[in-house]
Amino acid sequence: MAQKGIREYDAKRLLAKAIPEISGNKLRFNDELVLVSPETDLAALPNEHPWLKDQRLVVKPDQLFGKRGKNNLLLINVDYDQAQAWITKQMNRQITVKQTSGETSGTLTHFLVEPFVPHDKEYYLAFTSEREADVIHFSTKGGVDIEEVWDSVVTIRVPVLADPAKVDIASHLPDIADKGGLSEFIKVLYRIYCDFHFAYLEFNPITFLGETIVPLDTVAKLDDTAAFQCAKKWGEIEFPKPFGGSNTKEEAYIASLDEKTGASLKLTMLNPNGRVWTLVAGGGASVIYADTVVDLGFGNELANYGEYSGNPTTELTYEYTKTVLDLMTRTPDPQGRPKYLLIGGGIANFTDVAKTFTGITRALEQYKSKLQENRVQIYVRRGGPNYKEGLENMRKLGERIEIPLEVYGPETHMTRIVSLALEEVSR
Amino acid sequence: MKDYELFTKDTKAFIYGRQTAAAQRMLDFDFMCRKDEPSVVAMITPERGGFELFFWGTKEIRIPRITSITQAASRYPTADVMVNFASQRSAYDVTMEALNTDSIRTVIVIAEGVPERQERILAATAKEKGKWVIGPATVGGVKAGAFKIGNAAGTMQNIREAKLYRPGSVGFVSVSGGLSNEAYNVIARNTDGLNEGVAIGGDAFPCSTLLDHLLRYEKNPHIKMMVCLGELGGTAEYDIANAVKDGRLTKPLVMWVTGTCAKVLPGQVQFGHAGAKAEAAIETADAKNDALRKAGITVPSSFDDYHEKIEQTYAKLCDQGVITPAEDFMPPNIPMDYKQATAEGLVRKRTGFISTICDESGEVHNYCGVPIDEVIEKNYGIGGVIGLLWFKKDIPVYARQFMEMVLQIIADHGPAVSGAHNTIVAARAGKDLISSLVSGLLTIGPRFGGAVNGAAEHFLFGFRNKLISRDFVSQMKAKNVRIQGIGHRLHTVENPDKRVELMKNFAHAHFEKTDLLDYALSIEQVTSQKKNNLILNVDGCIGVLCVDLLRELKFTDTEIDEMIDAGLFNALFVLGRSIGFMGHYFDQSRLQTGLYRHPLDDILYDVPDRPEKVG
Repeated sequence: MAQKGIREYDAKRLLAKAIPEISGNKLRFNDELVLVSPETDLAALPNEHPWLKDQRLVVKPDQLFGKRGKNNLLLINVDYDQAQAWITKQMNRQITVKQTSGETSGTLTHFLVEPFVPHDKEYYLAFTSEREADVIHFSTKGGVDIEEVWDSVVTIRVPVLADPAKVDIASHLPDIADKGGLSEFIKVLYRIYCDFHFAYLEFNPITFLGETIVPLDTVAKLDDTAAFQCAKKWGEIEFPKPFGGSNTKEEAYIASLDEKTGASLKLTMLNPNGRVWTLVAGGGASVIYADTVVDLGFGNELANYGEYSGNPTTELTYEYTKTVLDLMTRTPDPQGRPKYLLIGGGIANFTDVAKTFTGITRALEQYKSKLQENRVQIYVRRGGPNYKEGLENMRKLGERIEIPLEVYGPETHMTRIVSLALEEVSR
Repeated sequence: MKDYELFTKDTKAFIYGRQTAAAQRMLDFDFMCRKDEPSVVAMITPERGGFELFFWGTKEIRIPRITSITQAASRYPTADVMVNFASQRSAYDVTMEALNTDSIRTVIVIAEGVPERQERILAATAKEKGKWVIGPATVGGVKAGAFKIGNAAGTMQNIREAKLYRPGSVGFVSVSGGLSNEAYNVIARNTDGLNEGVAIGGDAFPCSTLLDHLLRYEKNPHIKMMVCLGELGGTAEYDIANAVKDGRLTKPLVMWVTGTCAKVLPGQVQFGHAGAKAEAAIETADAKNDALRKAGITVPSSFDDYHEKIEQTYAKLCDQGVITPAEDFMPPNIPMDYKQATAEGLVRKRTGFISTICDESGEVHNYCGVPIDEVIEKNYGIGGVIGLLWFKKDIPVYARQFMEMVLQIIADHGPAVSGAHNTIVAARAGKDLISSLVSGLLTIGPRFGGAVNGAAEHFLFGFRNKLISRDFVSQMKAKNVRIQGIGHRLHTVENPDKRVELMKNFAHAHFEKTDLLDYALSIEQVTSQKKNNLILNVDGCIGVLCVDLLRELKFTDTEIDEMIDAGLFNALFVLGRSIGFMGHYFDQSRLQTGLYRHPLDDILYDVPDRPEKVG
C-alpha cells in the first residue's frame, strides 16, 4: 500500500518512455537497459539486445538497496563477457550489505545492465513529497554521500496546487554552465514525478550529455494506490519485497491466505523461542499489544507479531490460529517454563466476537495435548457485538481442555492481559 | 455555527453512495440522542433517484435519493456535511466537487487507497477554501449527542455503553479508526465521556491532521481535556509538541504514539496503515513519545497506563472545578433489527410464502433436496428434473426417458397451427421474444394442445367406472361430449401416426402395466369402426400413458386427480411446444420478416348495410 520501492530498471524504463513524451521529443533518455533475473539466458541476451556487445557496460544488483559501490557490488566499464562472468558468479549468492539503517542479509537475484557513459560532471537531484509541497533538491556535488555535502544542496519547494509545467527552477539554481538547459531537464523530470505518481525519486549522481539525461544511479518509489490511473503509464510494474525480507514457510502460508481474502491476516516471526505469543484481532490493537510487551521490557520474549481483521471466516481464523499454535508448541521451553498466549483485541465495531472465536476455539481444542505439554497459559481480552457469549465459550473451553485460561471484557483495559502475563513471565 | 464546530445537533448531511446500513446507523444514533429530526437529508446516488426507506425509531420514513451533488445542494442548502462513500477511483473527483459546492463545508472521505498526490491536493484545496476534509481511509468520527459519521462508533450497544448519546468533556483524535471504539470505551470509563472523537485515517497525508483537530478542540469551550493516539511514521506529532510549546495548545492533553515495537521487528515493517512506517529515527514511536513528553504533554510509559493518565488528568480537572461532570440520562431504546433478532432467536413470525419443491437459501441450491451439482453429475436430464420439480419424486430412468420422448415429439407441429401462427404474427409485428412466445402459448386450451389433460380425464372416468367401451362411447355421445384424445386430421387405422406408435412401443417395452392405454385402445376400436380416422391421437396417447406412468410410480388416484386439475399434463405440452414457438420467433427474427397483414381476399366481408336498431 502507498509508497513502494521499484527497481532501478523499472524507474529508468518509465523515464525512457516518459521523457520524450513530456518534453515533446526535445529531450532524450537512453533506453538501453536490461534486467537480469535467475531465469535470464545470459548467452542469448545479446541477440535481443545487440548493444550489449558493442558498448562498455555497467552492472549492479537491482534489489532496492543502495550503497552498492561501497559494498563492492558495482562493476564499471567492462565488456559483455566480463559482465556475464561477474553476474554468473554473483547470482544466487548470499550476501550481507551495509546500509544507513544497518546490515541486511539476502540473496542476489536481479541485476541491471546498462551502457557505461563517460562523463565529467556529476550532479545530485532528488524529488520528495511533503504534505503541502513537493521538494526538489539539487546539488552540483553529486556522486558522494549527499549528507556530507548538504550545504551545497539547493531546495526548491513547489506548493501542491502549483502547475508543474510553470514551475520556476532556473532562478534557484547555482551559477553553472547551461543553467537554462539544466532547469528544463529538471522541469521535465518534475512533471513526470507528478504525472506518474512517484512518491520519491533520487538521482545520485545524474549527468546531462547534450539533449540526453543520464541518471547514473536512481532510487524511486511509486504510490501504488495510483495503479488504477497509471496502468498505461507504468506498464507491467513489479513491487519487489525489500532486500533480505525472506519469509519463513509459515509466514508465507499466512501471506498466501491473506492474498486470497478481503480479510487481513498477518504474521511475522520474531523469536520462535520467545514465551509470549500474540493472537490479536485488528491492525491497530495488534501493534499496541506488541508495543506493550516491548515497553514493559519483554521484547526479547515476544515470539511473533500478527493480526487478523476484516471479519475473516471461521475457516481462515482456524487456519491462522493453527499456524500460530503449531509454531508455539513445537518444542517446550528448555527450562520447562510456561508459555503465554495473548488472545487480544479492542472493542469490535460490527464483527460478531462469538463467531470469530469459533475458529480459534476449534484450533485450541485440537492442540489440547500440545498446549498442555508446553504448559501454555492463555489470556483473553475482547469486546464488541456478542462478546459475552464469546468470552463465556472461551472460558468453558479452558475448563474442557484443562488449560489455565482467563477471560476479560471491555471493563478491563485492553492491554491488561499483557501485564498479567508478563507478571507471570518474570516470576 | 462556530468555526471550531464541524457538527452540532442541527447538522444536516448528505451521504454519497448507497450506504443504507451506514445511514440507518446515523439515524439510530440521532434517535438515541433524542433529536427531533434525522441528520441525513438525502443520499446522493448518481445511478438513480427515487427514495430509500429507513427507520426512525419504529416508524418508517423516506429519504430521497438525488443523482448529483449540485441538485442535492440546491434542494437542501442547509446541509453542510457530506459523508463520501465513493470508491477509491472516484473519491477524489466527488470530494473535489463537494469542496467546490458553496454550501458544503465538511467532507468525510471513507475510501481507502486514494493516491497521495490527490490527497494532498484535496487537503490544500480545503485549506484554501476554509473547509474541512476528514480522511481518506477513515471510519469518520462522532460528536457525542449530536452527530455520527457513517459507521463510526460501531453498534448501538457500543454507543450506549460508551455514553455517546450525550456530550462529555473530552476531545479525542486518533490516526486509526479501528481503535476508536476502544478509545471511546476508555474515555467513558475514566471521565465523564467523549465530547467529540475523530479518526483522521492512516494514510501518509491525511487531509486533516491530528493537530488540526486538537486546535479545534482547544477553541471549543465545552472540551476541557484532550486525548490523542498517534502512530509511528511521519512527523505530525512534532507539530503537536510545537503547538504546546508555543502556546497554541493549552488544554491538558494525554497522548501516546503506537508502534514502539517496531524496533524489535525485522527490517522496515509496514504496519496496516500506509503512513505507519518509520523512514528515519525521528519518525519512530519512541522518538515521538519522547518529544511529546518533553513538550509537557502527558505521555504514559506504555499503552498499559494510558487509561490511568486519562483518569488522573480528568480527576484533577474535576478537583480544580474546571469540569462539572456531564449529566446522564436514559437514552431511548433503539428497536433491534428484525434480521438480528431472528439470528439471536428473539423473535419469530409466520411466513407468507412457502416452497416445497426447491431451496436456494443454502450454499448450493437444490431441486427437491437434490443439490444442483448432483442433478448434473448423475444425469437427471430434463425428465429427471421434471420429476423433481413437478412430481417431487426421484423418478426412474425409463420414466425420465418417457418424459423426454414426449417433449421431443410435441416440440413443434409446423407454422400453421394456431399457437405457432400467433407466435409468428407477433414476431412479425416486431414484438420481443417473450411477447411472441406468450402470444403462442395463450392459444393452448381446450381446442389446441389442451387435449392431453382432457383425454386423461375422460379415459380415467370410463376406466374407473368400469364402463365397457361401447357404453363409454354412448354415454359420451348422450352427454354430447367429444371424447378428448380421439381423432386425427390425416392419420387413420390403416395409416397410423408414427409418433403414437413410438410411444406405445416404448410403454410396452418399459412399463409394467399399461391399463389406461389398453382401455383407451378398446375405445379406439369402437370409434374407429365408425370412422377410420377416429383413432387415439398424440394428445390422447400422452394423456393416458402419463396416467399409467404415475400409477406405476405409486401415485394415488387422489394425487393423479389433483395433477389433472392443476393442468399438469398440459404442462408437458406447454413446455415442449415452447421450444417450437421460440424456434419460430428466432426464424422470423433472422429473416427480418415484415408486419403480417391477412390478405383481404381471404376474408369474407359480410357486413349488413345498417345495423338493426334495437330498444
